[in-house]
Amino acid sequence: MIPPAFDYHRPADLPAAVALLSEHGEDARLIAGGHSLIPMMKLRMTAFGHLIDLQGVAALRGIEVGATVRIGAMTTQHEILTHAGLAEAAPILAEAARQIADPQVRYMGTLGGNVANGDPGNDMPGLMQCLDATYHLAGPDGERTVAARAFYEAAYVTARAEDEILTAVSFARPAGGGAYEKQKRKIGDYATAAAAVQIAMEGGRVTAASVAMTNLSDVPVWSEAAGAALVGSACDEEAVAAAVAAMLADIDPASDNRGPVEFKRHVAGVILRRAIARAADRAEGGQA
Amino acid sequence: MSKMHLKLTVNGQAVETLAEPRELLIHVLRERLDITGPHIGCETSHCGACTVDMDGKSVKACTVFAAQAQGAEITTVEGLAGPDGMHVLQQMFREHHGLQCGYCTPGMITRAWRLLQETPRPTEEEVRHGMAGNLCRCTGYQNIVKAILAASDAMAAQKEAAE
Repeated sequence: MIPPAFDYHRPADLPAAVALLSEHGEDARLIAGGHSLIPMMKLRMTAFGHLIDLQGVAALRGIEVGATVRIGAMTTQHEILTHAGLAEAAPILAEAARQIADPQVRYMGTLGGNVANGDPGNDMPGLMQCLDATYHLAGPDGERTVAARAFYEAAYVTARAEDEILTAVSFARPAGGGAYEKQKRKIGDYATAAAAVQIAMEGGRVTAASVAMTNLSDVPVWSEAAGAALVGSACDEEAVAAAVAAMLADIDPASDNRGPVEFKRHVAGVILRRAIARAADRAEGGQA
Repeated sequence: MSKMHLKLTVNGQAVETLAEPRELLIHVLRERLDITGPHIGCETSHCGACTVDMDGKSVKACTVFAAQAQGAEITTVEGLAGPDGMHVLQQMFREHHGLQCGYCTPGMITRAWRLLQETPRPTEEEVRHGMAGNLCRCTGYQNIVKAILAASDAMAAQKEAAE
């Protein structure tokens, strides 16, 4: 398991990182925590001349919690899990992070790496669809933002240009209650199906709802229709069934070693029902 | 590709070696520095036998490039024992029979060492969740969990006695 050779760079700030990426173009790759990239390199499924390690770029770290939540790209899953302010403002993040891989991987794995590499199995892209997050990118021509819902084009194909670095993720502090529900075969596996749900309620009625699904298509799926099916209802059986039906019309799972298409569609429905129930319960209890 | 001067602090000692950037930390430790406590199990980030502590984090040394570890402080199972003998975690793994073949044990103990620093009084569920990145194919985990909980009790008692 010896990966191909490369030249190693550890830039100290963002301009230096962007300059290295521009200089080496397609022959360079960025590394954050490395827990997606290094396994691919060991399998010789990817090779390149220059590895640009972002660990020295302090501007990519940190969590800011206000009306908007902003999380630096190099923030690890472990940091997300243990951040008190984030736990209060958007507990759905820690709930999702807890279900990613295992402790050792969460110490290294980053939010930026998870959302940027475009693996449909990753959990944070689905959650960011649900929260209508914004991705911040820096390149040689400056900075720009892309909506998470417009970022994913196909498996491993995203709106990030070759010479850009994803620097942060931001989203409005979610209202109501949220839940991230994931079914996986074992610790460390990707989801057979996972659902991110955020619901706001007033007087027993849903005033806003957002539903997104993970690993049930070659991109994360935000099901606008599933959310709409819940709005105005009391999250009763009829509304939940309508939301599940709407979600099933939006996903496009493929058969693989996690099961045939029929099984995945079945699991997606079960998972979404659980997520809606928990999110609604938390929304009524006033807990985010 | 040229080798780099790699500077690490391993178990409290400053060490320097030449390594290619692509070398995995586990290979640097075992083959260049003769630190053979951390084992190579699956070499695919799953089993946790290669777990070491790097800058206060439990990491799988098979999934860290030597170059990424440049300047890091590393603790391996060799660094846990004190002048008075085995670390209490090591004692409890022995006392509660937390191992059979022993292959996963250095990774288990090094991971548990970090877990108990972050969560000194874990519940059984927290131990199981916190140890989920380490696989044992012999014991069924019961005695590993018992050993870690017993170590937590013993460390709390030690702390109380010291106060």
